Amino acid sequence: MASYTARRLLSAVLVIFGVTLATFLLMHIEPGDPARSVLGIRASPSAVAALRREWGLNSSVPVQLGRFLGQLFQGNLGQSYIYHVSTASLIASRVGQTAALVAVAALFAVVISVPLATLAAARKEGVADHLVRGFSVVGLALPAFWFGILLIEIFAVHLHVLPVGGAGSGFGGHLKALVLPAFTASLAIVPILVRSLRVGMIEVLDSEFVAVARAKGLGEVRVLFSHVARNALLPTVTLLGLNIAFLIGSTVVVEQVFNLNGLGSLLLSAILNRDFPVVQATTLVLGAGVVIVNLGTDLLAARLDPRIRLR
Amino acid sequence: MTSVLSPGQAPLTATKQPHSRSVFIYRATHSKTFIAGSVLTVGLILVAVLAPVISPYSPNHQDLYDILGGFSSKHLLGTDELGRDELSRLLWATRTDLRLGFLAVIFPFFFGTAVGTLAGYYGGWLDSGVMRVVEVLIAFPFYVLVIGLIFVVGTGTTGIIVAFAVVDWIIYARAVRSTTLVVRESDYVAAAKSGGLPTWRILWRHVLPNTVTQSVVYLTSDIVLVIVAVVTLGYLGLGVQPPTPDWGTMISEGQEFLTTTWGLATIPGVAVVITGLALSLLGDGLADVLRPR
Repeated sequence: MASYTARRLLSAVLVIFGVTLATFLLMHIEPGDPARSVLGIRASPSAVAALRREWGLNSSVPVQLGRFLGQLFQGNLGQSYIYHVSTASLIASRVGQTAALVAVAALFAVVISVPLATLAAARKEGVADHLVRGFSVVGLALPAFWFGILLIEIFAVHLHVLPVGGAGSGFGGHLKALVLPAFTASLAIVPILVRSLRVGMIEVLDSEFVAVARAKGLGEVRVLFSHVARNALLPTVTLLGLNIAFLIGSTVVVEQVFNLNGLGSLLLSAILNRDFPVVQATTLVLGAGVVIVNLGTDLLAARLDPRIRLR
Repeated sequence: MTSVLSPGQAPLTATKQPHSRSVFIYRATHSKTFIAGSVLTVGLILVAVLAPVISPYSPNHQDLYDILGGFSSKHLLGTDELGRDELSRLLWATRTDLRLGFLAVIFPFFFGTAVGTLAGYYGGWLDSGVMRVVEVLIAFPFYVLVIGLIFVVGTGTTGIIVAFAVVDWIIYARAVRSTTLVVRESDYVAAAKSGGLPTWRILWRHVLPNTVTQSVVYLTSDIVLVIVAVVTLGYLGLGVQPPTPDWGTMISEGQEFLTTTWGLATIPGVAVVITGLALSLLGDGLADVLRPR
């Protein structure tokens, strides 16, 4: 396990370095002058020159990269041009909201997809299977933001059972405010999870140990839960890890719909304000977050299944 | 039909082409999914192409006496807050979004397939270089990277096409690479090599025909993803810019009037779902039809 962990850790560090490099380059391939695009067309040349000096844009790209990495190691992600506070503090105040949303959405995704996939696999080619597969096809085509709007209309505007948007107050209020956004975000990955899990479960159902369990005279429910579902746990963890990037990406959109102050809405407002340092730092944090979650799920999967460590 | 499919009757000397073509036709005409998907997709393409002919009004024509009007015989799906005919905008948006979806996947499809084939076939530094880039790009949440790129390139059609060109090829490259790794070790490639065929010919005639199927099947589900993304970007104000009709901007403009004129925000969403359903069915059907024997 130790050598697997070390290998996995090393590759995660390398990918995070690559992610850092990519976010740095992203801000440097812009055809125009970032200082000019922040200040607008009417800014005086001296103001543009001053901002260029402040941001160190006059040095060569490798020198800028060196400075960027140096500051990064000291935990300095730069200064927001719009809010005049450190980007790190902006991110720190927003990251909790996004993390909570992603965590609840991941939980919803598992709670929804595992029973659906089990049902579809157990009734392969039956009515339930066709319904579940139909649902997953429609789900893939469902724009999350549009579905979120419909949910708000039904559950908040008409039924008044859940809030329209915002974070809510108190622990109960926070949780209540997370239900609709998390459900909306989870639908982005439920179809993918259901499809893969269904195939995996059908394989398990065809395997010899399931035949043995049935031959022993175990009931079908018992076979499904203690033999099939247990073996489906591992692929669920792995799949969730693989799709976490997509889930985090869809929270960017969902935060906007439900008016939540997380990293996604920070990124979008920074983009509209052309706040370079904030765009760069948020992209970096979200990318690094995905790498860390992937690392976590890989290590968890290796703990659950020793065979993985040998690969 | 059975004469085509039963393996015993296929003569060993038969060339591959006519055989596989008749199997393709047989499977295509017998797969309900494929037929449903093709009919729906062709229907949507017709709507997109014929939008200027079948729309009752110009998409930007304003009927100022009928603002936010509900369903009526004059405006079947009502009018929006500027008095524009909702049905006409919906039909024109089909044209905008389908066209953009198709344009955005062309480069990723060809580039990703080519890179994946070369990386898988040659291996070595090319392969590890490509895989490192793929690992880094895949670490970014899809929407975050696309939005970041649009920030740099600018909003609108060009921004979307460039952003997808940078992000989307990795999925094709990864899938094709893993198939190529298997094909490379096959006997027929070894035979072609020992026969002294040039590498480009081996790649073109022996490797690519076996790897491209996967890309084609993936292409249809990718277009769904891309069209949903285009609409989402439009909703966020980063995609197609008004007044060009686009489902995403239509939903975001209609959201304000959800309680009074609910159709404005909901109907374009239904159009997206139907489009996605059509292409997903086509993709699933294609996977059935093209699956190796």
